[in-house]
Amino acid sequence: MPLLEVDNLEIAIAMRGQLLPVVRGISFSVDEGETLGIVGESGCGKSLTSLAIMGLLDGTPVRITGGDIRFEGQDLRQLNRRERRAIMGSRMAMIFQEPMTSLNPVYRIGDQIVENLRQHQKISQKAARARAIELLELVRIPEPQQRVDSYPHQMSGGQRQRVMIAMALSCDPKLLIADEPTTALDVTVQKEVLDLMADLQERMGTAIVLISHDLGVIAETCDKVAVMYRGKIAEAAPTDDLFARLAHPYTRGLLNSIPVVDRDVEWLEAIPGRVPGIDEDIEGCAFHPRCPRAQDICRRNEPKQHRIGNEHTSHCHFAEEAAP
Amino acid sequence: MSAPLLSVRDLKTHFTVKQPGLFSDDRIVRAVDGISFDIEPGEVLSLVGESGCGKSTVGRTLTRLEEATSGVAEFEGQDILQMPPAAFRPLRRDIQMIFQDPFASLNPRLTIARTLGEPLFIHKLAKSREEARRKIGETLELVGMDPAVMSRYPHEFSGGQRQRIGIARVMIVEPKLVIADEAVSALDVSIQAQVLNLIKRLQRKSGIAMLFISHDLGVVRHISDRVAVMFKGQIVEMGDKHQIFEAPKHAYTQELLSAIPRVASHREAV
Ligand SMILES: Nc1ncnc2c1ncn2[C@@H]1O[C@H](COP(=O)(O)OP(=O)(O)O)[C@@H](O)[C@H]1O
Ligand SMILES: Nc1ncnc2c1ncn2[C@@H]1O[C@H](COP(=O)(O)OP(=O)(O)O)[C@@H](O)[C@H]1O
Ligand SMILES: [Mg+2]
Ligand SMILES: [Mg+2]
Repeated sequence: MPLLEVDNLEIAIAMRGQLLPVVRGISFSVDEGETLGIVGESGCGKSLTSLAIMGLLDGTPVRITGGDIRFEGQDLRQLNRRERRAIMGSRMAMIFQEPMTSLNPVYRIGDQIVENLRQHQKISQKAARARAIELLELVRIPEPQQRVDSYPHQMSGGQRQRVMIAMALSCDPKLLIADEPTTALDVTVQKEVLDLMADLQERMGTAIVLISHDLGVIAETCDKVAVMYRGKIAEAAPTDDLFARLAHPYTRGLLNSIPVVDRDVEWLEAIPGRVPGIDEDIEGCAFHPRCPRAQDICRRNEPKQHRIGNEHTSHCHFAEEAAP
Repeated sequence: MSAPLLSVRDLKTHFTVKQPGLFSDDRIVRAVDGISFDIEPGEVLSLVGESGCGKSTVGRTLTRLEEATSGVAEFEGQDILQMPPAAFRPLRRDIQMIFQDPFASLNPRLTIARTLGEPLFIHKLAKSREEARRKIGETLELVGMDPAVMSRYPHEFSGGQRQRIGIARVMIVEPKLVIADEAVSALDVSIQAQVLNLIKRLQRKSGIAMLFISHDLGVVRHISDRVAVMFKGQIVEMGDKHQIFEAPKHAYTQELLSAIPRVASHREAV
């Protein structure tokens, strides 16, 4: 049984008396200790997917309109608020691009970790503080005995992101969802944070869902990848299979758009146009207006899932030919 | 050799930051701390480095948005840092800036026609309304936009389109030097590729010299002729882009290059 199973998830936004679909039936699963990468341009529905899994959509105009989310075999959509809170932050935790969205600026970081620990575990104040220092050491904050009493603003961006990771890992979660955790960081700091996550995963066996717009980050850290476009999974595969045989023009377009550091490319093969707005209707394949290979069928019919390999799937009418 | 278009020598821009408390001394931030470089006509020089190393301050000092602490910057032989504001004003046409967030630099209440018409008017580059309209239309086409967008407002455009408008506003005055500060950093990779291609194409076609400021080494490799790597207010390594990317000498350049996450197929293709 997979640790997390998302089955045909649909999400919509209530707007001007209408429900506009933003996530249009996506399915994926994550095993224990595994890292799944979700990649795609902004506006494709990556963050809403993670917020839906975490049950953080209450009080927003966003609704889950279909599908199942199962965690350790339990249907998360059936849980009441109290049951959900028992899971979130302990068995399942999340880190965001901007750590200040989860760190409270007016409390010392140690107190925040202690509070999170005591919310989910029976542990004394003293033991929780000792554990907080341990956690800061684990995420390689220098001088943790002193830094435990720092306020978030007294730390650098990279250190704050590490404190976030410490907090997320404080209850030893089975699943960590990281939404663009390194996007705001410099490359050298990004490398440190990604190495840290991989190291902790190895030691603690945490499964990770890593959301990023950066195919390089995904390629270096994930066991398997789901490429999202306009609320759907365009292509999914184990990481090595994906890059060995790209089977969707969108994935290829994303890859060719990257200006690489290791060789000269005279002109980038940019994907023309942009991600359509959620209020724009598109017939056929959602990618066809931007696709260099689009044919009549792409303008008419939505592509079904094609199986390229064992675990390699593509939603493209020409999936087999898309691969070289 | 021809004379450089811009010649910067030992430029320093320090900031004094007031510390809270009666008896604490003011803190001095050495944002730019003695850098020197030349830009030849038609050349693209990139400044690359991590956040806070002083890249933007270099650009802002050269356009006199910040005051230099010391040093010389000669543009076509004139020291632009010391000249009185009135003498610098005509040079504002020759030295143009493109910013990361084009929206912040576009007036939301002006149509695109007026946004692009204003610099024509300020620098007296159009003799009549008809000529202005024709130039605006041509420049919009140049940056890949339909001239029909003239009557619309900035908020009606996506990030990539706004950056095209920002570029149009710079190109329309036919500058000699463009300083682009993280001009594509806020864009999604596919849109970034479109805008990067556009900047490269325009630069090639017009021969405008450019100081291209970015934290992204891939972007820098794509656009530059030469590269200067900055660290803590100083240039630690400068050279031809092939030397910098294929045979980096300074440990910091090497560290930056090795930290970039790569897709395997990109690495094998070397
Ligand atoms: N609270 C909200 N209200 C209205 N629209 C939203 C809200 N949250 C997200 N959206 C829209 O839903 C789409 C998907 O958003 P998101 O999941 O954040 O995309 P991604 O993380 O892939 O960039 C976007 O078009 C976004 O503008
Ligand atoms: N107006 C200012 N006052 C005080 N410090 C400043 C000012 N502008 C920039 N700095 C500081 O100067 C350093 C360099 O900043 P900046 O040039 O923006 O770096 P970069 O563009 O490379 O990220 C940073 O430490 C920044 O905080
Ligand atoms: Mg997002
Ligand atoms: Mg800057």
